[in-house]
Amino acid sequence: MTPDAADFAAVRLTLELATVVTLLLLAIGTPIAWWLARTRSRLRHAVGAVVALPLVLPPTVIGFYLLLLLGPNGPVGKLTEALGIGLLPFSFGGLVLASVCYSLPFVVQPLQNAFEAIGTRPLEVAATLRASPWDTFWSVAVPLARPGFLSGAVLGFAHTVGEFGVVLMIGGNIPDKTRVVSVQIYDHVEALEYAQAHWLAGGMLAFSFIVLLALYTLYPQAMKGRR
Amino acid sequence: MKQLAGLLALIACHAAQANEVQVAVAANFTAPMQKIAAEFEKDTGHKAVLAFGATGKFYAQIANGAPFEVLLAADDETPAKLEAEHRTVPGTRFTYATGKLVLWSAKDGYVDGQGNVLKTGDYAHLAIANPKTAPYGAAAVETLHKLGLYDRVQGKLVQGENIAQTHQFVSTGNAPLGFVALSQVYRDGRFTSGSGWIVPANLHGPIRQDAVILAKGGANPAAKALEGYLKSNKAREIIRSYGYAL
Repeated sequence: MTPDAADFAAVRLTLELATVVTLLLLAIGTPIAWWLARTRSRLRHAVGAVVALPLVLPPTVIGFYLLLLLGPNGPVGKLTEALGIGLLPFSFGGLVLASVCYSLPFVVQPLQNAFEAIGTRPLEVAATLRASPWDTFWSVAVPLARPGFLSGAVLGFAHTVGEFGVVLMIGGNIPDKTRVVSVQIYDHVEALEYAQAHWLAGGMLAFSFIVLLALYTLYPQAMKGRR
Repeated sequence: MKQLAGLLALIACHAAQANEVQVAVAANFTAPMQKIAAEFEKDTGHKAVLAFGATGKFYAQIANGAPFEVLLAADDETPAKLEAEHRTVPGTRFTYATGKLVLWSAKDGYVDGQGNVLKTGDYAHLAIANPKTAPYGAAAVETLHKLGLYDRVQGKLVQGENIAQTHQFVSTGNAPLGFVALSQVYRDGRFTSGSGWIVPANLHGPIRQDAVILAKGGANPAAKALEGYLKSNKAREIIRSYGYAL
């Protein structure tokens, strides 16, 4: 058996999801990482720990709490309903939100390490040349932290493609809307359709390997930034 | 010397009597099986070591050498398939419980006694278990077809990967109602919470849950004892109290 239309729909949906999530993660993760790298606030340890939570929590825990938070009795669910957005679970928007939470550390940590690696000196030099903090950030910090952005984006994208437990719980397995590749593979395996499962699973393995290989080969320094 | 021999004989005898048996149990049967295993140990001295999970996953694990000795499946197909592949002890397959499907909501009074809410209710989502992999999901789809409602509700269906996740969707209110296993929401003759409609058995094929002794358990007397115990009146009473038919 070769992949069918449902398999390709799952692949397309997964790539869409990973793209949206990666862009959002760069937008949200950059200020968080910058703050974590620069601040002396006592709060930084707590914020750092919250960001890292998805690394250690099992996806079922994250998925279950998201389901409670976003549900009609949860605070976020009440908010989205009041705003007229409706409830987020079982929608693409819900998947995006869940994936952003779940993949956050994979973007924030490489960025934070890259920002920390710059040190204070280049920024002080920029300040003596009368560059504004905003200008310094864009003209000095961002170019110097490029390997961090690259590894953060790649890891965030790849991790979103590979996530399973959370999307399964928040998504509700709806064709074209929330049924991503990892869920489709799970379905095939559970239904003992091993041939179709191999197509997708093998493809995912190859994709992940190639992405990581490219990253390590082209930008070996990108990965050194990670602890 | 005689005493020592006697002691050894006693130990050997004890070891022969009290064995451990590794049991793979379908997730929907978790609660009743925990109760049955406790009684089983009390009555026979044998210890049933339980692993809970999805039947399809158990199949893959058993086919790849997992050390399970008894399987309590969520369907009748998986044990039959394992038997055809010579991975079981022939002639040990039997139906230990028949599942009942229920349309359930976490809200009191939301689901009426006839299930009319399916037609009249204004709900955004109707949760079912994945019909491809979960027998309760297949039974739910069959029921919707029989009622002539499938096309109307198709766009509202959300699927849990298994019946436990489907129950979570409904119990957290993210889906206002859904088809779950009666055993999840029922104890001793009434719903433990919320409201429900027990789907009449003529609306879907029977959800037969079969058990079988696996090849690895062939030489284990505890496996044989558990098979017998599941058929005992005591076990059947526990099974029935959780809303299964027999």
